[in-house]
Amino acid sequence: MTILYFARLRDEIGTSEEKLSPPKGVKTVGELLKWLREQSPAHGHALGPGASLKVAVNQEYKGLEAPFGADDEIAIFPPVTGG
Amino acid sequence: MIRVQLETFDVGEELAALTKGQTDIGAAVTFSGLVRDFTGDDGVQKLTLEHYPGMTEKELARIEAEAVDRFGLTASLIIHRFGELAPGDPIVLVIACAAHRGDAFDGARFMMDFLKTNAPFWKKEEGVQGDKWVDAREEDDAARKKWT
Repeated sequence: MTILYFARLRDEIGTSEEKLSPPKGVKTVGELLKWLREQSPAHGHALGPGASLKVAVNQEYKGLEAPFGADDEIAIFPPVTGG
Repeated sequence: MIRVQLETFDVGEELAALTKGQTDIGAAVTFSGLVRDFTGDDGVQKLTLEHYPGMTEKELARIEAEAVDRFGLTASLIIHRFGELAPGDPIVLVIACAAHRGDAFDGARFMMDFLKTNAPFWKKEEGVQGDKWVDAREEDDAARKKWT
């Protein structure tokens, strides 16, 4: 599964893309975020419970309850500032 | 019609191209967003717009489709730039055309309000004092919520 990070989040975590295999029990976006926090101190800080994050699965916004598949593209990013 | 591009655009040319040959347009509302001088000092300044290729197009197309459906727009256009911009440069263009001005004004505003909160772009200001990611504004969320 590919995870993409953008903007400030990418700067904090230190990479724009990761290919990861979360364990079987991690099924929803919320569970994925929890699991990602444990991957490194930088992950824990950037994705902490207080962080304002948006998540997209295959380029569509999804909530914490949404499931994801092993072949999905997950993007995690701060609130957008275009326009 | 949606365009996400590096290059600048000319507002007059885009409006002319969009409305050419269409006789059902009674009102065309054009909004352009520009880079504002954000530091006020003389340091070298630029604004870098990062985006999520693929999702930006999808979101803008979705927003435009909703506006067309909701306000009966007869023509519409969103152009959003990315890359390095300088104060005074155009960033975004939204044009909404309809039979009457109420729908045209509302359509343009709707597209901008949703673009500001949903389109995956991020601005970074770069000046003599260093780089800073721009924060999202509560006012933008409030503006979007008014449309429900």
